[in-house]
Amino acid sequence: MMLAVTWAELLKPFEFEFFRNGLFVATIAGALCGVVGCYVVLRNMSYIGHGLAHAVFGGYAAAGLLGINLFLGAGIWGVITALGVTSIVRRRPIGSDAAIGVITTASFALGLALVQLYGSPGRNADALLFGNVLGVNSSDVWLISAVSVFAIAVIMGFYRPLLFTTFDAEVAGATGIRTGLIDALLMVLLSATVLATMSVMGVTLIAANLVIPAVVARMLTDSFGRMLGYAAVIGAFSGFVGMNASYHLDVASGPTIVLVASLLFVVAFAAGGRLRQRAGAVGHAH
Amino acid sequence: MNRSKRSPFIDLRPGAMLAPGALIDARSLSISYGGPNVLVDVDLTVEAGDLIGIVGPSGSGKSTLLRALLGAVPPTVGEVNRQSGLSVGLVPQVENIDWNFPVTVGECVGMARARGLRTPWITKSERAMIESVLERLGLHGLADRHIRDLSGGQQQRVFLARALYTDAEVIFLDEPTSGLDVKTRHDVLHLLDDLNRDGLTVVLTTHDLNGIAAHLPTIVCLNQRVVGAGRPEDVLVPDVLEQTYGSPMEVLEHGGMRVVVDAPRTSPMLGSA
Repeated sequence: MMLAVTWAELLKPFEFEFFRNGLFVATIAGALCGVVGCYVVLRNMSYIGHGLAHAVFGGYAAAGLLGINLFLGAGIWGVITALGVTSIVRRRPIGSDAAIGVITTASFALGLALVQLYGSPGRNADALLFGNVLGVNSSDVWLISAVSVFAIAVIMGFYRPLLFTTFDAEVAGATGIRTGLIDALLMVLLSATVLATMSVMGVTLIAANLVIPAVVARMLTDSFGRMLGYAAVIGAFSGFVGMNASYHLDVASGPTIVLVASLLFVVAFAAGGRLRQRAGAVGHAH
Repeated sequence: MNRSKRSPFIDLRPGAMLAPGALIDARSLSISYGGPNVLVDVDLTVEAGDLIGIVGPSGSGKSTLLRALLGAVPPTVGEVNRQSGLSVGLVPQVENIDWNFPVTVGECVGMARARGLRTPWITKSERAMIESVLERLGLHGLADRHIRDLSGGQQQRVFLARALYTDAEVIFLDEPTSGLDVKTRHDVLHLLDDLNRDGLTVVLTTHDLNGIAAHLPTIVCLNQRVVGAGRPEDVLVPDVLEQTYGSPMEVLEHGGMRVVVDAPRTSPMLGSA
């Protein structure tokens, strides 16, 4: 494929409102996923992020069938799933990864079955699974804006308890932090993030958007505060460049955004031993 | 009376009595995690200015008692009362720390303090306060270092600094010298003694009878029950130690200190040890 494009061609998609919407959502979603992903990765919860994205798809399909607001239905479904997963992780009656796999893949399977039986609500199934710039509308812009404000409020308001609980949950709990409440809050934030990101990333690739910017940011710094900032910038950059690439290459936006983020990971990984050492320090990335 | 699981940090209940000077008072405390009791009928009072070492074999309930006194584990039977508004801190075992977590010394110390702050991040004025705590513990100038890039003794002191920075009146330490070399262990012990002399109440658990416990003013020997409690000269005696550890021990005098050693065995396999 010819990659040499003129400046005018690069700017051409900006004439279209759908593209500007998509670019806005992808960039903000990248920053949002980057920040939330730091908590997800540092808690070794990458699998929950992956599973939750799939679970939300089931909620989306069920909400369409029941005729209720798609975002509301999927959001409530996601929060219930996330809290259920958190409860299982805390009690550990069975392996937490197995429990997450059962709950979230069952929800995903339900979503797929409903979509095949009754059709995809709101947008086509491919767009839901892999993301599509054409699928982004003004309600997505409002949703990502609202979730971003919510995320800023949660992280600013609970910055230290969130950090303490992520780093050292047992001591945080033993010295008065209500870790159950903090965990639940993070799960609600994660559910909202997944929901707001679904239109551009698609459910199958959201986990990558949560994990890769956070992992790259971890490789660049040993400070938690700076990691949050770097992850936001890396996520936003991946979203912006990936969405442009999606338009010009005529490929779904989810894969192009993930590929840009992956390229940044490869560059950071190749950059030096110290960075690789930090990469090895990050919990398993799903 | 059982304590609510939802609110383990209930302060002194109306009508409950604490002896003068007592900060935390465990009465007839038994704890079970659903199976056999981990602690049985424990009575223990922590008074202001105490420096208490809880000793016992693995599985004796030391960590459970520490967490019950903190208010993090609810009693199954009995009660734990604490002075109203008491501020406590916990220093975890260094072996339980994720040393690869991206957190600098300054961030680590600041994370436990949430009240009375205008911003979630560390401001210049707060940084000065953190530096002051670090300087007190001999960690001056290390605020921007990653916690992994410190010596064993410095790492232990970072978590002590985190507890002190919350203005804790009582600090609990779980095996504070585990994994440390002799010199570092000695330094940590002296630091705790200095902090205690400055008015801090300290409760710690330790496996180390000779290196730590024998140097403390008060020892509690625990094996699910309190076998003995008091000054080292009263508690570090063969009878109490055998009941605590389940095997015979001898106590020698060396330079005015008590030294606990395994009693000689006469097994034909091992010969005299």
